[in-house]
Amino acid sequence: MGKTLFDKVWDSHVVTTIKDGPQVLYIDKHLIHEVTSPQAFNELKERGIPLLRPHQILATADHNTPTKDQHLPIKDELSRKQLEALTNNCAENNIELYGLGHKYNGIVHVIAPELGVTQPGMTIVCGDSHTSTHGAFGSIAFGIGTSQVAQVFATQSVVMEKPKSMRITIDGKLKKGVLSKDVVLYILSKITANGGTGHFIEFAGEVFENMSMESRMTVCNMSIEMGARGGMIAPDATTFDYVKGREFAPKDADFEQKVAYWKTLATDVRAVFDTEYTFDASDIAPMITFGTNPGMGIKITELIPENKNESYKKSLQYMGFSQGASLENLQVNYVFIGSCTNARIEDFRAAADFIKGKQKAANVTALIVPGSQLVAQQIKKEGLQEIFETAGFELRQPGCSACLAMNDDKIPDGEYCVATSNRNFEGRQGQGSRTLLASPLVAASVAVAGKIVDITKLV
Amino acid sequence: MEKFKTLEARAIPLPVENIDTDQIIPARFLKATDRIGFGKNLFKDWRHYKDGSLNDEFVLNNDVFHGSILVAGSNFGCGSSREHAAWALCDYGFKVVVSSFFADIFKGNALNNGLLPVQVSEDFLQALLKGLSEDPKMIISVNLEQQLITVARLNLSEKFEINPYKKLCLLSGYDDMDYLVSILDDIKEYEEKR
Ligand code: SF4
Repeated sequence: MGKTLFDKVWDSHVVTTIKDGPQVLYIDKHLIHEVTSPQAFNELKERGIPLLRPHQILATADHNTPTKDQHLPIKDELSRKQLEALTNNCAENNIELYGLGHKYNGIVHVIAPELGVTQPGMTIVCGDSHTSTHGAFGSIAFGIGTSQVAQVFATQSVVMEKPKSMRITIDGKLKKGVLSKDVVLYILSKITANGGTGHFIEFAGEVFENMSMESRMTVCNMSIEMGARGGMIAPDATTFDYVKGREFAPKDADFEQKVAYWKTLATDVRAVFDTEYTFDASDIAPMITFGTNPGMGIKITELIPENKNESYKKSLQYMGFSQGASLENLQVNYVFIGSCTNARIEDFRAAADFIKGKQKAANVTALIVPGSQLVAQQIKKEGLQEIFETAGFELRQPGCSACLAMNDDKIPDGEYCVATSNRNFEGRQGQGSRTLLASPLVAASVAVAGKIVDITKLV
Repeated sequence: MEKFKTLEARAIPLPVENIDTDQIIPARFLKATDRIGFGKNLFKDWRHYKDGSLNDEFVLNNDVFHGSILVAGSNFGCGSSREHAAWALCDYGFKVVVSSFFADIFKGNALNNGLLPVQVSEDFLQALLKGLSEDPKMIISVNLEQQLITVARLNLSEKFEINPYKKLCLLSGYDDMDYLVSILDDIKEYEEKR
């Protein structure tokens, strides 16, 4: 029997197997941020355990940072203290920190790939569930809790049962106006928000092979929304081209040697998966969510499905929607383009391309939040800033922002927000906020129209 | 970590599916740098109306229900990896969460904090919820050694799964950190070899 991409990377990182139990997995890269690390540092101090490999850790501040006036002291006392704790902990332990104001600062899952830290065949963890993003490179990347953050600090390892394997194959060509976000929302609408639980997913087939690295990251980012621990895509020429020449990527002969190894990682033809799904690209259309979990999505032109389940009804009630209704023409006053799902340059290009020469609707507040300083720079360089600002969009400084609304970027109570982020949970974007997840292109069209429109008629 | 062997306790029913970690502990309460005190903000936005007043209809505010076992709908703990969700449940006083399905990361976080996730069949869960609505004082026993959850009043009992290693950890109050530190030499040897 052959091995899957996941098997190959996993097996090469097993330190030992506990009898009748889980395995000990060695971790190559550990990414940390301000929210889920302080308690881990405290735990080590309390237990008197030193950090094992500080140079395999990279830190950033992103979740709890303001997106305005980042050069000024942070007003919120608790937020400021949390960031200070990160700065002190990193300094004390010799950890590289790209804090607020650093030229490489940004959302952890945006900066590690763009700096070449993320590479195929690696194991990567972070105290954040969207660590799954890095699987786009053919690495095993997953989110961990704070106790495990402490364990990785101390031993560069985690204790984990090997997950089951799933493959989702989509062949064919995507239609006009369909972006990678639509692909992943479509999969979610089919397999539901817990369809991937206990699994690691490999995305395979023409659609993913033809995607850019940034699009692949959007897909793998949301594999956690399927309940999976993570998602992966086999590394190929697109991956190698992306990694090549980046700040922390291997150089010259070293790079060539790595590529030779990375090429061996693809799933063997005879490998068998525990679960398989196949979909057809021609069935995928621009999507939007209507409920309070990311599996509750429809094509923009479809009606909200009927369902007698009590939790489903509770969800629609929260959203203010009824079964069988259409979302087209729903007035929306807030649009958020950002987050580790869709805040890379490709996302802003797609939005700007649509917005160019148009104006946002008067009722809309539209927030554009780049995923990193490097993306922010690129936005300027390519003239997208001008397009956004002329159209009445507000361009902010990088961070997680309204994706989880820990800072001041909150959507008011009861308001709808079409967001390019990954979670539409109750109150996720602020108490009482109602989130509809969509692609950057759909978000841009809503900002311009002031309501939900069928984007396929406009592109 | 505290040891867990058996528990006989009353339970609080929360028959909602897909309860995500943003509901268990909303993001705005994640600014703390220590692990304590999250219990007061557990299910904050379900416990309170938007004006801050108490929502009497929410089960945690209902005097009829008490207990250290939470009985919740399928796919409990989905969403973010925040361990704050497990801390909040523990801090509030829960020792066991019963559901027909747990999200992976939550399950791991719970176990790392001595909070036992007991996964039961959907039928068992529904019987439990119905039983609690008829008799809120009903006692549930959880025996980790035997991996058994029993409700004498309903004449119901079901075996639950738990990894033998994790079981041993809970029974002896030993955690992953203790284990990993004990094999540090093996880890270094692995580093050398690769
Ligand atoms: S952008 Fe949102 S999902 Fe991504 S890391 Fe930040 S808070 Fe998490």
